[in-house]
Amino acid sequence: MLRRSGLSLGQYFLRRKNRAGFSWYLNKTKMSRPIQARRLEGLDKNVWVEFVKLAATYPAVNLGQGFPDLPPPDFVKEAFVKAVGGENIMLHQYTRVFVILIEPYFDCYEPMVKMAGGTPVFVQLRPKAAGAGKLMSSGDWQLDPAELASRFTKRTKAIVLNSPNNPLGKVFRREEMEFIADLCVKHDVLCFSDEVYEWLVYDGKEHIRIASLPGMWDRTITIGSAGKTFSTTGWKVGWTLGPDHLLKHLRTVHQNAVYHCPTAAQEAVAQAFQRELDHYGKPDSYFVQLAQEMQQKRDWLVQSLIAGGMKPIIPEGTYFMMADYSELKSEVPDLPDSEEPYDSRFIKWMIKNKGLVAIPVSAFYGTPHKRNFDHLIRFCFVKEEATLKAADDILRRWRLEKTGP
Amino acid sequence: MFFALQSLCCLGIRTKLLKIVHPVRFFRFSTSATMAFKHKNTKRIEGLDVNVWVEFTKVAADPSIVNLGQGLPDISPPSYVKEELAKAATVDRLNQYTRGFGHPLLVKTLSQIYERVCGRKIDPYTDILVTVGGYGSLFSAIQGLIEEGDEVVIIEPFFDCYVPMVKMAGAKPVFIPLRNKTAIGNSASSADWILDPTELARKFNSRTKAIILNTPHNPIGKVFTKEELQVIADLCIKYDTLCISDEVYEWLVYKGNKHIKIATLPGMWERTITIGSAGKTYSVTGWKLGWSIGPQHLIKHLQVVQQNTLYTCPTPLQEALAQALCIDFKRMDDPDCYFYSLSRELESKRNRMAQLLQGVGLKPVIPDGGYFMIVDVSALNVDLSDMEANQHYDYKFVKWMIKSKKLSAIPLTAFCGPETKKQFEKYIRFCFIKQDSTLDAAEVILKNWNKQTS
Repeated sequence: MLRRSGLSLGQYFLRRKNRAGFSWYLNKTKMSRPIQARRLEGLDKNVWVEFVKLAATYPAVNLGQGFPDLPPPDFVKEAFVKAVGGENIMLHQYTRVFVILIEPYFDCYEPMVKMAGGTPVFVQLRPKAAGAGKLMSSGDWQLDPAELASRFTKRTKAIVLNSPNNPLGKVFRREEMEFIADLCVKHDVLCFSDEVYEWLVYDGKEHIRIASLPGMWDRTITIGSAGKTFSTTGWKVGWTLGPDHLLKHLRTVHQNAVYHCPTAAQEAVAQAFQRELDHYGKPDSYFVQLAQEMQQKRDWLVQSLIAGGMKPIIPEGTYFMMADYSELKSEVPDLPDSEEPYDSRFIKWMIKNKGLVAIPVSAFYGTPHKRNFDHLIRFCFVKEEATLKAADDILRRWRLEKTGP
Repeated sequence: MFFALQSLCCLGIRTKLLKIVHPVRFFRFSTSATMAFKHKNTKRIEGLDVNVWVEFTKVAADPSIVNLGQGLPDISPPSYVKEELAKAATVDRLNQYTRGFGHPLLVKTLSQIYERVCGRKIDPYTDILVTVGGYGSLFSAIQGLIEEGDEVVIIEPFFDCYVPMVKMAGAKPVFIPLRNKTAIGNSASSADWILDPTELARKFNSRTKAIILNTPHNPIGKVFTKEELQVIADLCIKYDTLCISDEVYEWLVYKGNKHIKIATLPGMWERTITIGSAGKTYSVTGWKLGWSIGPQHLIKHLQVVQQNTLYTCPTPLQEALAQALCIDFKRMDDPDCYFYSLSRELESKRNRMAQLLQGVGLKPVIPDGGYFMIVDVSALNVDLSDMEANQHYDYKFVKWMIKSKKLSAIPLTAFCGPETKKQFEKYIRFCFIKQDSTLDAAEVILKNWNKQTS
């Protein structure tokens, strides 16, 4: 079955006329216009489809895709079992526009903007030099105010904010948020605030919700996720909060796309939140415990990465950590003409040869800037001790091999 | 924290307000530096906010109303289906992300079942996409394959979401009605409703990108015959058109009828997306799992839409569905297979529903498949002159019936394009996948119909 793209209508009719007999009939079963909609152009590549497959193909310690391999809390699992096994059987029964993306960004923002016919406009978080002998923190990566302000134009529709940020782990400070908010209000721009990691902040940092800043509630969509909140990424329950005059449009899309989310999963999330409300702020709150547990795992992974010869950037939030692996670059030769970014090729080598999975940071940058950050890779540390220990062993062995006994 | 509390308040769950933070609403900076808020909806969703379900689910939510409206089973799903989900929820890795295009065990099981049904090889990884319900498959197919400016042929009456989805893709719906071949008011069977082949052919042209087929059909219950499908297939091939075949009710066909997959006709596999649904197969509409099956060169575009929208469907549900399908796949030669036993159970409910309506002097259109039944209510001669004027008769009738008879149904014009509404405005749709007590309650209402009209 062939699809030739770009065939004009005239050419189409000419071909039709020129065929005869059975072979003409056969040719008719081949489609001669482009099959897919133009809105999909360039959107077929996807970092997750690529690296999840690799991680599944090779025996590897997987610190790549962001999913916990530690168990969700019992009360959460029980809520789901209860929801599905119980008496209530009904639980089983529905113009050119610009969007500002802050690099590095969770990769799906860009194709989603493009699929909607928008144009992504990039502005970068830039690292300041860390103090001598100090490790860099995600807080050292900042927006340049003048550069950010220059991105806001008459045709800017929205900015996508992600705090705590995946992959960097940055938790935007109040002053940074206020600066963004001022620009949104001044230019009448919407804010899509992805706050799925809202409960995972470390070192006593505060998660600020931009919708709570002056002038922002009426122009902000705030997004949350059960998968990140309760370590159940497989449930695929998320939510948006915002003013009715914006949410009503999301509801229209929802009712014409999927219409419902699974009932049992929603019931289970509701019960889990109910339990958390009863324990809010107390030591046995899952949110408190998870953040403490993750902070410790973060600190372990920092040590492992340093021992492996990498330079980690300490995240203030999320369960991801970026690290500069430049010291190890000799393992994989640079191919300047290669279409594939260096970090992606490095990781593929690392999966096959070291049995360790990470995600290339270039995946989180728009095309023009991919190569500027290909000396960084992202690790996920929401993993049980055994997984992190295995990663530690790999990193230390690797270092030994490089530097000699 | 404030926002989590707000959302929970909306769910009606008791909350302890630990801290109240009032959002500062319209705080403006100096007016010379700020712009007025001018954000409205995108053109692609203009006019798509009105929705029959949103309207009627609210009205019928009153528990004292016998709800034969929305296609919501109130029968129990099979116990092994529920058990598999409870089992899956206790396994840690089944609570985390699975493969985006479909959980491996599920796509493998689906490929086994459909290889057997279709008589051809189906690759589980390239020829199948698991989606959020049948809706999700329709959405991915339309977004992936339908271009702005394309035309899409839609058979009336149609499941209501086809039109807004086609419009959201910037394409134009082209309608063709099923027509009653018997005298008006005389139809006894869904088989009486047919497409006029000449009329159908006139709807196809070089801009026609796809036709959406629904068999068994909602709301009429028609099961398209091989000959009828061949007429459609011939046009698809002649005009190089795709076919999006919504077959979510594929297992629900009654005695004397056979479900035929248009994708199995010559020349059609390459141009057809076939859609199925766990919700309809196992009476678990709340699971929201569906699937698209087709050739790799089409399915890959649906996969691209999926990877840029929802990315993946819930894991425990997919695992449970896979396990349940495995159980039934193994007994596909056995009459006890749920794919066959459900339709037997529903056939008797269908017959009962028909008798109840006939008892009130009506002539329902007995469906050959699906779990809906339409009926022309004009013989009841209900005076609706004092109701809101600018609505079609069926909308007024259903609202009146809900209020005064405590029985709900769905008005047929919700499933019609603008030209055809007049043709169907005396029809309403009943759903009969209901437990005996619900049908008993409906019986009481219908038997007492003529005793009191309010």
